[in-house]
Amino acid sequence: MNTVILARAFFGTSLGFHIIFATLGVGIPLMIVIAEIIHQVKGDKDYAIMAKRWTKAFAVLLGVAIPSGTIVGVQLSLLWPGFMEIVGKVISLPFQIEIFAFFLEALFMSIYVYAADRLPPYFRLISVFFVAFGAVASAILITAVNTWMNTPDGFKIKPDGTIYDVQPWDAFFNPSFLSAAFHVAITAYMTGAFAVASVAAFKLLKKRSEKEKAYHLKGLFMSLIVAFVMSFVSALSGHHSAQILHEHSPEKLAAAEGLFDTQRYAPLAIGGYTDPKTEEVKYGIEIPWALSWLAGGTFDTEVKGLYEFPRETWPPFYVHTLFNLMVGIGTLLLGLAGVVLLYWWFLVKKKNKTFPKWLLWSLVLSGPLSMLGIEFGWVFSCSGRQPWTIYRVQTTAEAATKNENLGMLFLLFLLLYAVLSVLTILILTAYFKRNPVSKDMDKVYG
Amino acid sequence: MSEEVIAILIMWTFIFVYSIFGSIDFGSGFWAMVYNNHKTMAGKIANRFLSPTWELTNTFLVLLVVAFVGFFPKGAYTLGTVMLVPVSLILFFLAIRSAFMVFSYSVQGYRRAMFTISGISGVLIPSLLIAVLPISQGGFIAGDLSNQTLLLGKLFSSPTLYLYVLFGLTSELYLSSLFLADYSRVSNNEEAYKLYRGNAILLGPLTLIAALFTLMFIPPESAWLIDNLREQKIWFILSLAAFLIAYAALWWPKQNRPGIGRPRFTLLFTVSQYGLASYGYGMAHLPYIVYPDLTIYQAFTAKSTFYSLMVMYIVGLAILTPGFYIFWRLFLKDKRYLQQD
Repeated sequence: MNTVILARAFFGTSLGFHIIFATLGVGIPLMIVIAEIIHQVKGDKDYAIMAKRWTKAFAVLLGVAIPSGTIVGVQLSLLWPGFMEIVGKVISLPFQIEIFAFFLEALFMSIYVYAADRLPPYFRLISVFFVAFGAVASAILITAVNTWMNTPDGFKIKPDGTIYDVQPWDAFFNPSFLSAAFHVAITAYMTGAFAVASVAAFKLLKKRSEKEKAYHLKGLFMSLIVAFVMSFVSALSGHHSAQILHEHSPEKLAAAEGLFDTQRYAPLAIGGYTDPKTEEVKYGIEIPWALSWLAGGTFDTEVKGLYEFPRETWPPFYVHTLFNLMVGIGTLLLGLAGVVLLYWWFLVKKKNKTFPKWLLWSLVLSGPLSMLGIEFGWVFSCSGRQPWTIYRVQTTAEAATKNENLGMLFLLFLLLYAVLSVLTILILTAYFKRNPVSKDMDKVYG
Repeated sequence: MSEEVIAILIMWTFIFVYSIFGSIDFGSGFWAMVYNNHKTMAGKIANRFLSPTWELTNTFLVLLVVAFVGFFPKGAYTLGTVMLVPVSLILFFLAIRSAFMVFSYSVQGYRRAMFTISGISGVLIPSLLIAVLPISQGGFIAGDLSNQTLLLGKLFSSPTLYLYVLFGLTSELYLSSLFLADYSRVSNNEEAYKLYRGNAILLGPLTLIAALFTLMFIPPESAWLIDNLREQKIWFILSLAAFLIAYAALWWPKQNRPGIGRPRFTLLFTVSQYGLASYGYGMAHLPYIVYPDLTIYQAFTAKSTFYSLMVMYIVGLAILTPGFYIFWRLFLKDKRYLQQD
């Protein structure tokens, strides 16, 4: 493997690992805020128990999210020194503001966890609100840098690479920033909600006391409503992001759809794979005119195909599959949340039935699936930009380190991520086994 | 004053603040390990401080990196290329330390093992962090500007590295002992206070000896630095004076009550001791970030970026200050937190 591929694999692994914890770090605080609000409004102590237990889980996840985020942040300079040199000049602003969001989150997280018993209720709510705010702000600010890589703006560059006429705020608010940042935040909320729904559904699979069942049903219902709303909004925002691709990164959209010839009335290819030999999508379902309509709002919108661009700047063909997986998972989960809520309304609430096992099992899978959707989305976003690190400004090869020591370090970090993953699961299960809901309920209700 | 100098002054401030808080943070982790089951509760006190604060200290480390990339992008390029191995090791131990520290609060059985792992990483991280100083003095980097590599063999066989590490570790333990002595006194635990005061009395002179040896053994490649340090000697004399006053205050009688030593006073003077010496060292290091290829002028960012960063620092600081104040009240002052058992 050459250094560039190794650097990509290394950084991709770090990011893929961090994203799990970062996404839950954005999603779960929102659920805690909602539970705290319901508790304060309704006075139902079950929600206070939920908030407390989720905070415990969140604190453990944060123990990995913070160091893994530190790793990613610093590895940017270690693995992509050429990239960070331009970043420092043009787009360091969001990075720096992100630090303040990070501080805000860390401050109020400590206050919420270690000083809750000394605070009046309204201040607990304020603290957990700031935790959630800091988390989502961090995600949005980091996305600003990523979107700038996709649609760079706010500077000029001479042929020799000298950068001049830098406008930091234009770089920040680059063309794809708002759309992508919104998508990132909403899908994180969606994933956090499905993660909670997964656990609640899993708990409902076993026989439990009426009190506990009611507790888990409350958690399930609350998370499903959030998950449904967020899935719906994320579908809309994903659609908007695709339109931005059409406008600003046409190669990426063409590769995502396996479209080679520029055309009006372009078809949407669902499924299948892009065959590199025949240069077409095989075994996919084609919906005529749909791509033109999705990209530009009219059937006669011209969509650029890959032949429009020099071959050496084509993204890899597998991004078609990644794109399909991301969209497919999103659609599936939206449908699932919708079905479960309908089932709830018509059969559970009105006819007093219980949820069938298969539906609960599908819900158990929803959290991990949603997380996979996030992973596919990020890999799509970053591989779809290849061969560029900064679109049409800097190639990935130019950005990468020339250091030859990557192999051993990569192995070391793979080991680290494996150990941390296993430990996180062990610690969470051990903790919640020793502190079951019944114990918390006894404490609260006496 | 030029923009470059303002930027490096801000960087020094961040580095200085982090080196103090980092020392206290990593040192507390070390003492928490050593006094895990100590009868004086000295370990418990160290942990009580560490639990709510380590995240903030870690955030400060990220701030250092981000500020450096923003102010001196070319410096990020050079150090990013050169420091791949040592910084990766720092990240590795940092991840282990943070994770195990958090995990140790959730499990009962393995708490001791987890304390040990996080405590030992807490010693290794600062040792690696301080390696940036000898590297930046020159002599350990080979290759041309476009492709530089760190001479790891030469670095690890050079006495100057180990003297820096020795200086760093003794300082870490000295500062954290002083801090925990003060924290114990605020917590009204005179037994733990005596223990940490005793450690500080032992460590104080050791830091001085280590500093002296570090300066004496600066390798000939870095002769430029020795010359410059001589020109800045006033800062080091003032720093020494601050040390002597701080150290003497460990024997001053307590105000109004029986007892010996004024830990708060000692701590503040010790911080200013390190501040004065850091300033002198920084002035001597100018204009180089990494000798001899990289100066603050070559590494500097775009002017418009610099000014927008400055504005955001002011805004950010204004927003965060009330948060820090509340935090301080809750965890460093509130008797209900400090005197729980």
